[in-house]
Amino acid sequence: MTEETIICRCEDVTYGQIVRAIEDGCTTVEEIKRMLRCGMGACQGRTCVRLISQIIAERTGRSMHEIMPPTSRPPSMPIELAILAGEADDKRNVSASGGGTT
Amino acid sequence: MKKQASAVIIGGGVSGCGLAYCLAKRGFRDVVVLERDYLASGATGRCGGGIRQQWSTEENTRLAMESVRLFQQLDEELGYETEFAQGGYLILAYTEGEVEQYRKNVAMQQGLGLNVRFVDSMEAREIAPHLNTDGVLCATYCPDDGSANPFFVTQAYAEAAKRLGVEIELYTPVTEILTRGNRIAGVVTPRGRIETPLVVNAAGGDSVPLAKMAGLDLPIVPTRHEIMVTEPIDPFFTTMVISFQHGVYFRQERHGGIIMGYGDPDEKPGYDIESSLNFLRTMSRKILSLMPALHQVKVVRQWAGLYDSTPDALPILGQVDQVEGFIQVNGFSGHGFMLAPKVVDLLARLITGQDLDLPIERLHLNRFQEGEIDRDLSVV
Repeated sequence: MTEETIICRCEDVTYGQIVRAIEDGCTTVEEIKRMLRCGMGACQGRTCVRLISQIIAERTGRSMHEIMPPTSRPPSMPIELAILAGEADDKRNVSASGGGTT
Repeated sequence: MKKQASAVIIGGGVSGCGLAYCLAKRGFRDVVVLERDYLASGATGRCGGGIRQQWSTEENTRLAMESVRLFQQLDEELGYETEFAQGGYLILAYTEGEVEQYRKNVAMQQGLGLNVRFVDSMEAREIAPHLNTDGVLCATYCPDDGSANPFFVTQAYAEAAKRLGVEIELYTPVTEILTRGNRIAGVVTPRGRIETPLVVNAAGGDSVPLAKMAGLDLPIVPTRHEIMVTEPIDPFFTTMVISFQHGVYFRQERHGGIIMGYGDPDEKPGYDIESSLNFLRTMSRKILSLMPALHQVKVVRQWAGLYDSTPDALPILGQVDQVEGFIQVNGFSGHGFMLAPKVVDLLARLITGQDLDLPIERLHLNRFQEGEIDRDLSVV
């Protein structure tokens, strides 16, 4: 891993930025998320949260178990406003309730 | 952690951190900030980030105007990029009653020197392209209103305060406020107690239980307010749009997402800050009636925070009569972030015995015993 390695692909947050946030006093994923936006993009942290937890563990000498994941916020996947508003056609609604939209 | 302090500020939001900085800047030593979780973890970090000067009361308007002046120089003063930008606020009128009220508001605001004016629906669409103006009679527009990043503003104050010697203790809840007679004597936390003659209650929605620890009742009702944000899309407007008729506000964030909130009139008072499916549905319907072009844009996240609402939607500021050394900075009723820079400057002046350049007597807790309440009507 180098300074420039991208940890959060949605928001382009690098390994170096996360390490600096920890050096500046952040001790939780929740705090790093608010400072750097990692985990706030389309995937809502599915890729990066574990990686960030590992970096915190390494840097602070704590075990992974002690590092709490950030609050998981709905919706669990991005959903179109029209579907949420009930304005989309039936086909769309079915695919949404089936767990996958385009 | 210190055993003694000249002041303990409870709450690491924008008000608590801002006040710590302003006190230290004025030479007040040994200030400690106690935060239950992490900085801006309460109402500050959950708010929409808007900075508005268009209010119906003179008190809110003056505090907001002075705060904007301070926001303009904050990055330079604190050495931090807080993403402050003046993208404007557009407030839509749908009824004759609203138009009449906005006329009074604008006359008062212009009298205080605010750059605000009426626009027709065509100009409103130029300011906010794709806005559905069906039923809009007119709107008020202030191009100098704007927004900033609440996490960054809080962090900026906190780091500047620490450089001046303030101690900020995270993950340190206050479990007890100690009094001797009717004077503040100290606070108790799981990490030990701190003796102090001065406690500042800057705990947002939790100001009520905190005040109770010192035997003080505050007329504040905590109420959940929900917000959601979409995926980023190409920037197409800078202004915040408000419709009191729909109970809605929305703007496009710097990184492209549309952030939006809705004040549910049926929301029951309480400390619940869970997200609701009902909000997701209602908000989506409301935003699509105002901005139909967004129908294929995806919502990525929703969250909620507490408004600490007072009967007049104005904050409670200053030393209370009941307990000596107990200072309130709460009751912001959903707009504490935007008022913070001037509020914390005034409170620091008050605590250090310096002249106030804006009177705050009318924001004292005692006003609620005096009958007549002039409520700010411009609240979402």
